[in-house]
Amino acid sequence: MGAPITVRVQREDFDLSAEVSRLSFDRPEIGAVVTFSGLCRDEAGTLAALELEHYPGMAEAEITRICELAIERFGLQAATAIHRYGRINPGENIVLVVTASPHRQAAFDGANFIMDFLKTSAPFWKKEHLADGTSGGWVSAKDADDTARDRWKR
Amino acid sequence: MSTVNLVYFSWVRERIGKGEETLEVPAGVVTIADLLAHLKTLGEEYETALEHQNVIRAAINQEHVEHGEPIAGAREIALFPPMTGG
Repeated sequence: MGAPITVRVQREDFDLSAEVSRLSFDRPEIGAVVTFSGLCRDEAGTLAALELEHYPGMAEAEITRICELAIERFGLQAATAIHRYGRINPGENIVLVVTASPHRQAAFDGANFIMDFLKTSAPFWKKEHLADGTSGGWVSAKDADDTARDRWKR
Repeated sequence: MSTVNLVYFSWVRERIGKGEETLEVPAGVVTIADLLAHLKTLGEEYETALEHQNVIRAAINQEHVEHGEPIAGAREIALFPPMTGG
């Protein structure tokens, strides 16, 4: 049996503790669980909210593919990735990655890998709504995110 | 001549002014690059949306592809800017 993967793309919030419990329940062979959660920043008070658009179907498929790569590469025992869409206010969760492995390094690396690829190849787009009521437009992709992804090339 | 469903996201969607449409693919349109070039002849909104052709990303049947990819057999082709999730 392959390592279980949970992928969800949803409007509603998620619960870190519940997702960790779900992933590690009745799995005494797991020795390390790493969670990463990404939140909406207020950009020093200038941002009112983010609007997250996604490509239904492909978003789930692409995140699943990335999790499969991470499991294969790092020998993970399980992976969970949840990405929200719709309007998200500062302080709210956007994304969650949970990885499990026998020892910590694989779980850390696996979560890092999943996030780096998710940012550059999962079909999501952020639009800014500014605190002054105007639209800040679509967030531009960052070269730094491509660089972060490319360091995993081998 | 075959037809294909086109879907657009983010500022590509906004600039073209719709999220999806069905296109009759003319003879001679073989790759994603050909498709982009053809779309740009359909009106000013397409020209604006696809002006910087090299930054446009494409997916065929919900999988990422390069601009040189043949589109024969595609049911759904998506065009969108670089992704900014996470």
